[in-house]
Amino acid sequence: MTQLELATDRGHVVAAETLAASPLAIRGLTVSYGEKPAVFSIDATVQDGSMTAIIGPNGAGKSTLLKAALGVIKPLSGTVSVYGAPLEGQRARIAYVPQRASIDWDFPARVIDVVLMGLYRELGLLRRLTGGHRQKAMDCLERVGMADFAERQIGQLSGGQQQRVFLARALAQDADLYLLDEPFAGVDAATEKAIIDVLKTLKSQGKTVIAVHHDLATITEYFDHVFLINVRKVAEGPVATTFTAENLQKAYGGRLATAQIEELELGAG
Amino acid sequence: MMGEEFVALSLVPILIGTFTAIACALPGNFLVLRKQALIGDAISHVVLPGIVVAFLVTGTLSTWPMMIGAAFAAIIAVILIEAIRRLGRIETGAAMGVVFTSMFAGGVLLLERSDTSTVHLDVEHALMGNLESLIWLDAMGWSSLLDPVALAGLPPELPRIFVTLLGVLAFLWLFWRPLKISTFDEGFAQGVGIRTGAMGMALVVVSAIAAVAAFDAVGSIIVIAMFICPPAAARLMTNRLEIQVAWSVAFAALSAVLGYVFAGYGPLWFGGQDAVSAAGMIATISGVILALAALFGPCRSRTGAPSGV
Repeated sequence: MTQLELATDRGHVVAAETLAASPLAIRGLTVSYGEKPAVFSIDATVQDGSMTAIIGPNGAGKSTLLKAALGVIKPLSGTVSVYGAPLEGQRARIAYVPQRASIDWDFPARVIDVVLMGLYRELGLLRRLTGGHRQKAMDCLERVGMADFAERQIGQLSGGQQQRVFLARALAQDADLYLLDEPFAGVDAATEKAIIDVLKTLKSQGKTVIAVHHDLATITEYFDHVFLINVRKVAEGPVATTFTAENLQKAYGGRLATAQIEELELGAG
Repeated sequence: MMGEEFVALSLVPILIGTFTAIACALPGNFLVLRKQALIGDAISHVVLPGIVVAFLVTGTLSTWPMMIGAAFAAIIAVILIEAIRRLGRIETGAAMGVVFTSMFAGGVLLLERSDTSTVHLDVEHALMGNLESLIWLDAMGWSSLLDPVALAGLPPELPRIFVTLLGVLAFLWLFWRPLKISTFDEGFAQGVGIRTGAMGMALVVVSAIAAVAAFDAVGSIIVIAMFICPPAAARLMTNRLEIQVAWSVAFAALSAVLGYVFAGYGPLWFGGQDAVSAAGMIATISGVILALAALFGPCRSRTGAPSGV
């Protein structure tokens, strides 16, 4: 572990400049839906320019953590700072891709209409939609390979195509921090490749990407940082040092067979 | 029917019916898409006991006591639903159904037992309104539309529902984008800083205002039908929200005009003697339009869409 991570792990003592540089710094975050906390006392400091996977078993609070970081769910306690400032003033710098399954795709909208929703902060309540805005939306569709589908009703798309439209909407937000909730769930191989290419391009532009991810086999290939969670934080850090058999066993609590873990391309520990 | 008689007897009811239908159909689009269509139903039921109690307390049927009575009834309804849901462990839909029908039935009983003979407030009026009686006695033909003295004699329901419609239009125009985004994707909407809770509440409040204003003139049957039928039929005509809303306005207006004309003249065509209830006919026409849209609308089939991967 580096000095910095040691400092983080020991408590809440982190140098001020680290927090300011961090796209997403969470302190003591607890969320509860009923009696039982969904996530408990989470600390996280995401590295600027990193691609971080949030991993953990079902019901570990991965999506909850993401939603609470965005203020979509009100936490019981804890603070969230985005690029060193409170979340509320920094929303323009965050793009969010919710789970595809959380939406009614029968909604009367075309692909282009959904992407244009990404321009809401730019347009506000009443600013006129111009050809420039439409062009920007088309460019974002181009980046995910969906430009030909702009006029299509969203319900007529396949799951993978819907996911790409969501990603295009996030691109239209022109953010610095991208939060994605299971972007690869139920998509075809071509879409998975298209999405990861876009995300890697974002990283090369200095953006930060955080994604809830399920497929442990692709962690090493896709991401450079991991955040392991099972209600409480298990570990966070670079894939090379944190994505270890020991941490996985802790996070999944014996639900992963040893054979499964051996097949993974793991960090050195 | 053109000319003097039409302006005096039919113009005002047709306009009131049309404005009412549009004022309910507009927010209805969002209620239907949010799977909250029954809220329109619920509101129009809850309004009745509120209005009856407001009348018993104040002795008049003027706008403000009615609005306050209706709002009060709505608050009681919400509290009751929460109480039943929590204490009885009954799901929200069932709790809503129980509360609204009981409150409406209570309103009907109250109405029967109280002396409302001096005003237009009885069970039939509550269901059907009194559209046909909203005549413009001062009208002497089309020129009366420009005559301030004659205009002063317009039934007050007309300006009331017109102002309500303008209010609904202003609300939708101003909050179109956040309403659309939060209806489609609530999580994303919250992420970009839209207050989705307040947005949903505002939509229900606007719907309630439209329902109360409409209730007075046309009764609860139209209100229920207009919140749901024109938007549902419009959804089957297009795959774009903006166009859907335009269709819903057209369907609402068509239902009101056709319904009024059929109610007045339809029975004569079939050899009958008396006109039938305009409110009932307007609601029926809106149902027929929905049925036709379901059979022949261009966007009715969405089963062909690929799902999953």
